[in-house]
Amino acid sequence: MTEYTSDEMMSVAAARALGDWMSCFVGIGLPSTAANLARRGHAPNLTLIYESGCLGAKPSRLPLSIGDGELADTADAVVSVPEVFNYWLQPGRIDVGFLGAAQLDKFGNINTTVIGPDYANPKVRLPGAGGAPEIAASCREVFVVLRQSPRTFVEKVDFVTSFGHGTGKGDRERLGLPGAGPTLVVTDLGLMRPDPETAELTLTELHPGIEVDQVVEATGWKLKVAGDLGTTPAPTEAELRILRDLKRASA
Amino acid sequence: MAELLSLKEAVARLVRDGDIVALEGFTHLIPVAAGHEIIRQRRTGLTLVRMTPDIVYDQLIGAGCASKLIFSWGGNPGVGSLHRFRDAVQHSWPVPLEIEEHSHAGMANRYVAGASGLPFAVLRGYTGTDLPAQTDTIKPITCPFTGERLAAVPALNPDVTIVHAQRADRAGNVQIWGITGVQKEAVLAAKRSLITVEEVVDELEPRPGAIVLPSWAVTAVAEVPGGAKPSYAAGYYERDNDAYQAWDAIGRDRESFTRWLDELTGVKA
Repeated sequence: MTEYTSDEMMSVAAARALGDWMSCFVGIGLPSTAANLARRGHAPNLTLIYESGCLGAKPSRLPLSIGDGELADTADAVVSVPEVFNYWLQPGRIDVGFLGAAQLDKFGNINTTVIGPDYANPKVRLPGAGGAPEIAASCREVFVVLRQSPRTFVEKVDFVTSFGHGTGKGDRERLGLPGAGPTLVVTDLGLMRPDPETAELTLTELHPGIEVDQVVEATGWKLKVAGDLGTTPAPTEAELRILRDLKRASA
Repeated sequence: MAELLSLKEAVARLVRDGDIVALEGFTHLIPVAAGHEIIRQRRTGLTLVRMTPDIVYDQLIGAGCASKLIFSWGGNPGVGSLHRFRDAVQHSWPVPLEIEEHSHAGMANRYVAGASGLPFAVLRGYTGTDLPAQTDTIKPITCPFTGERLAAVPALNPDVTIVHAQRADRAGNVQIWGITGVQKEAVLAAKRSLITVEEVVDELEPRPGAIVLPSWAVTAVAEVPGGAKPSYAAGYYERDNDAYQAWDAIGRDRESFTRWLDELTGVKA
């Protein structure tokens, strides 16, 4: 059996969530790695949309930023930033928003703004919202990918940069948010999905070799575990080859 | 009718202490040389505007040029945080920095309103987030036709917008292609504008998909080859990713940053 790292497992699991012929609004970092892996593997017709205005980008390596020249050179079209948000994202044309987070809470709300309770005097100032609030609102569904620790998986985020399920089921509908919100969270330990009744993130799959206790310990709230807990299939040779080729080409 | 000026003269004439200044560029065509000239000329009290403040804004903030930042994502793309920005927000070093924080969609629409000569823009944004509670330039508005609740954001009209482009002709018509971000809107929204270009040519050849900013919509053009480095200019040079990585170490502490600043401004150590 081929050896792989927990980061590789996470990227592969995130990539598998994207179907062929989907359109995906891609954040930089882990989401971009996963989306490019999917496009080079099982989903060759996946449309990648970057907020720099690149629609249908087909990079041969992982972009180092959302405005990488490779994205523009390989895109079906390059449009202005107002256009990408107003014409393509806002009306709900995009299937999946793929986001990272600095903090994620048990209802899938995302913080990328400040750590600490006081916005004016933050413990840590983070980069901010970027395109995420509207991606989280308007895409048909949202996938989140991030490494799991009690610092990143918190009971309640310090700042809601991007709305997930608020304080529970029904909040999105009450606010009139068009998309379904976060339907999947992929980590280096397993997968979580919102509970259909409460919208609370629940562990539904473990990556191979990971124990439930490890995930519970790496979660900052009392994590619920699905009754029919599954196991993610290990990365295949082919998936790992594509991922490593991509990383090599991007080094 | 745009004037052809040197970078030094253009910044001296167009950028004043206390101005609202936008240096736009979405990873591509960032007007870095112009930012450095603002630092050299020691402008202060600027309200800096940009969707994606990156390392040149980190440098302007660290140099004490700015008293306020209006933005939607402040980071070193693909690398991490902006340490001078963090230091200013968290410790008021070297001067306090007020922030006005938006999302990309909000900022893009503020420029669109500014370029359109309208007082505000509407978008289906910010709903459910904590941003409106911190940013008083986000207000709820009700659609007069459907009753839908939307967000209103006021127009952004910088005193001066600076962008970098590939080419201009001698009359000051400017041509930009590749990722053009929000540059056109930012220029058209501004009271004054400066476009630094890779080269001034006798005649602009048409390029499919390119934006042309006509001479009469631009205040000044300055020829600054390499003026976007370490960002990139499609058709001229690529992004210097190593420089973005290297900035992380320089920007991380005040001492190494100060050495960098002294070198830029020609102060003898």
